Amino acid sequence: MRRQLAGVADARPASDAPAAAPERTRLLAESLDAWFGPIHAVHGITLPVLEGGVMAIIGPSGCGKSTFLRCLNRMHETVPNARVSGRVLLDGRDIYDRGVNAIAVRKHLGMVFQRPTPFPTMSIRDNVAAGLRVMDARISRRERDAIVERALTRAALWDEVKDRLDASALALSGGQQQRLCIARALATSPRVLFLDEPTASLDPASTQSVEQLVRELRGEVTIIIVTHNMQQAARISDRTAFFLSGDLVEMAPTQTLFTSPSDPRTEAYITGRFG
Amino acid sequence: MTAGVVHAQRPSARQRAVSARARGRLARRRAVSAIMLAVLATAAVVTVLPLLFILFHLAAKGASSLNLAFFTHMPQPVGEAGGGMANAIAGTLIVIGLALACGLPVGVGAGLYLAEHRGTWLANGVRFLSDVLNGLPSIVMGIFAWQFLVRPVGHFSALSGGVALGAMMIPMIARTTEEMVRTVPPSLREAALALGYAHWRTGLTIVLRTASAGIVTGVLVALARVAGETAPLLFTAFGNQFWSTSITQPIAALPLQIFNYAISPYDDWHRLAWAGALVLIALILVISLVARFATRVRFDTGSGD
Repeated sequence: MRRQLAGVADARPASDAPAAAPERTRLLAESLDAWFGPIHAVHGITLPVLEGGVMAIIGPSGCGKSTFLRCLNRMHETVPNARVSGRVLLDGRDIYDRGVNAIAVRKHLGMVFQRPTPFPTMSIRDNVAAGLRVMDARISRRERDAIVERALTRAALWDEVKDRLDASALALSGGQQQRLCIARALATSPRVLFLDEPTASLDPASTQSVEQLVRELRGEVTIIIVTHNMQQAARISDRTAFFLSGDLVEMAPTQTLFTSPSDPRTEAYITGRFG
Repeated sequence: MTAGVVHAQRPSARQRAVSARARGRLARRRAVSAIMLAVLATAAVVTVLPLLFILFHLAAKGASSLNLAFFTHMPQPVGEAGGGMANAIAGTLIVIGLALACGLPVGVGAGLYLAEHRGTWLANGVRFLSDVLNGLPSIVMGIFAWQFLVRPVGHFSALSGGVALGAMMIPMIARTTEEMVRTVPPSLREAALALGYAHWRTGLTIVLRTASAGIVTGVLVALARVAGETAPLLFTAFGNQFWSTSITQPIAALPLQIFNYAISPYDDWHRLAWAGALVLIALILVISLVARFATRVRFDTGSGD
């Protein structure tokens, strides 16, 4: 499985243009349910995510959007008493299949959280390379440095940190730390990048730089972004899914969802009548 | 509005009386504040007074006997001039090295368990009992080591002394480790898991490394505390008038040597005991300074390079 994954990563299209080629489903959640103990947080959601696209998940607080995201890379089960049922097909293979190791799956799915989480004991360079340590292939120092540079460049951080790669990651500002976390997630060439409210703790300027980054990565990486901010979803995504109380209400191309939603609840939410 | 402003410029008799009272109260509050400040500052100074007193006294009594021979020579028989405590200094280093070797892995492991599995009956029990163990008289720890390590073997040994001191360090290290690990934000753990780190790798490379500065301090504080223990060594390391570095034989240690010399009737030995005490305190001071140094921020977080 892993060798196949590496092949996929290398075969990424070089052009920056969104994948105009026949659209392929990268990730497919099938009747996914999630519980925290007795609380049923996600109700049988089926949602396809296309390769190279940016999918935004919006909805009011507590609607299960973060939980849903955490089911897609098997992080949900790390919470005590949490439970998942259903299937998540990553390039056609169920990551909840009995033979699949959760830890191995996560190596191929990058995740960035609400608050920046640089590892405080590591330098900037070591932070970016942190995920490479658990990959199976041994890489030389030079290869590692090349990957670090490429990841930082893609995360639009290289120019700001290239002279101080050995300084503490804590020396960076909040927005830089968040882009560092994105670089760390990109370094292992993940098949999908999950962003869980990545700008919630950032100031407007840093938010803008992260959004710009997502726009640049479109077509290159498959991205799923959970956000509270509807304008943000409208600005950066191709498709938007609206969650409400654990249900998927509607999923449509972003423009359609925001201009002519088919469900009255979606319309009520995006016109600000609740939430 | 304007009427109110005019009114405020010319306070009435009643308003003047109120403000005079307020000024009086303010003066009283200031006086009380100054007195409390003086009381608390005195308490703070009294806290370190014993240390200053001890250091001054030791320096006055012991410094004159401190010379190179003290560190390089063996103890001399009564009546012969000179002599040193080379064996006791080496012995102390060996015994606390053994204590560290047995206290560090167990203590850190226990602390990690307590932090990661908090709330289980085992963790609660171990936490409570290690607090009890922390308050256990050190001579009891000596008897314990004697019972299990000296009696079955048939003779005193450096190893049994190291184990007795190590057993004293374990609960201290375990509790410090637990506290430090709990200060590591859960978000870091999540970030590591999301990168595909296994649970054990997250614990070792992210959680323990992030908490390491605090753990190192805790370990060195524990080490400094047991380095001066005498009671547990009486039944275990026992002391030795000769040079020995074997961990299976009785070994000299500074606290034991000080104890033996101090209760002897000879002035020469008294002077050496003072010098030994000075060296012991200096050793502990050095350990504490190393602890301070080790916990400095490793990176410069300011400008970068």
